[in-house]
Amino acid sequence: MVSRVSGATNLGRNGLHDWVLQRFSAIVLAIYTLGLLGWFAVNPDFSYGAWRGLFDATWMKIATLAAIIALCAHAWIGMWTIATDYLTSLALGKAATFVRLLFQAGCVILIFTYLVWGVQILWGL
Amino acid sequence: MLVSVYRYNPEVDDKPHMQDYNIELPEGRDLMVLDVLQLIKDQDPTLGYRRSCREGVCGSDGMNMNGVNGLACITPVSAAAKNGKLILRPLPGLPVVRDLVVDMTMFYQQFEKVEPYLLNNTPAPAIERLQSPEDRAKLDGLYECILCACCTTSCPSFWWNPDKFIGPAGLLQAYRFLADSRDTATEERLAGLEDPFSVFRCRGIMNCVAVCPKGLNPTKAIGHIRQMLLQRGS
Ligand code: SF4
Repeated sequence: MVSRVSGATNLGRNGLHDWVLQRFSAIVLAIYTLGLLGWFAVNPDFSYGAWRGLFDATWMKIATLAAIIALCAHAWIGMWTIATDYLTSLALGKAATFVRLLFQAGCVILIFTYLVWGVQILWGL
Repeated sequence: MLVSVYRYNPEVDDKPHMQDYNIELPEGRDLMVLDVLQLIKDQDPTLGYRRSCREGVCGSDGMNMNGVNGLACITPVSAAAKNGKLILRPLPGLPVVRDLVVDMTMFYQQFEKVEPYLLNNTPAPAIERLQSPEDRAKLDGLYECILCACCTTSCPSFWWNPDKFIGPAGLLQAYRFLADSRDTATEERLAGLEDPFSVFRCRGIMNCVAVCPKGLNPTKAIGHIRQMLLQRGS
């Protein structure tokens, strides 16, 4: 190949890995959502006790943690992609890299917060 | 017919503007958009546009007609105009040199990146490298591209990252050489396409397929490249 991708937007990322992870996390999230919907369907008189019982089970904690991690990965790849689409020097001029890194830092903090918070809720810390 | 044309001459104009022309179209005949441009040029010789073969082979008169990219020489006025009005603009996403003429440099740079020629490291045969009819058939729908840039300039991913995303035309050619049984550089070609921009900026919205005047399908080719990358990676 003549010239490779230019610019610091890459940070050693691999498009194939991102692409696979994006699809894989989407499948995890879809299965989890369908599972939850299924649970609601068989528990129409949904109560706090039943909800509590569901989340007391270790398998449910594991499944929910998997879903949270999948959501974090999915959100990060998605937000990174959006940022590198719209927050470019073509659109914002010289300030682009600064604005984009600021936006991405915000995303990282938010995603990390959700992850920790999710774990906290799950294990009732 | 009312024809509204994008005008911009960077030497005299501060910014582009649309100029309206009233063009008398012959009765009972459907002209091509390129013919209308010629009629305008008879009226106003300052109008700039590219053209050459006037039959959809050279790919030089790609432009945006009422919001849709295509070749002016093979697009009938009746198909392009809406509500009795024809609106002509240059291909979107590329710098305008003048009026309907765009600077194709970024488009060609992306094309160059995929090394659009046969790479073969085996000793050259006495006469030619043979290919079975089946292998040759794999190149159908890939080699016919005339590099008009209608597809790439209709792709938002190319608008956002024209320096990093190869774009549909370039990727169609990338696959044309990945699929060629006589090419031995498959591994190197794939390695150069694995980053997050070159191929993976394609989100499959298929604007390219909708506008290609040759009826080619870059999205399908991009899907094949992804599959090859996936196989190579696993
Ligand atoms: S793929 Fe079609 S639209 Fe794109 S450059 Fe080639 S001929 Fe033009």
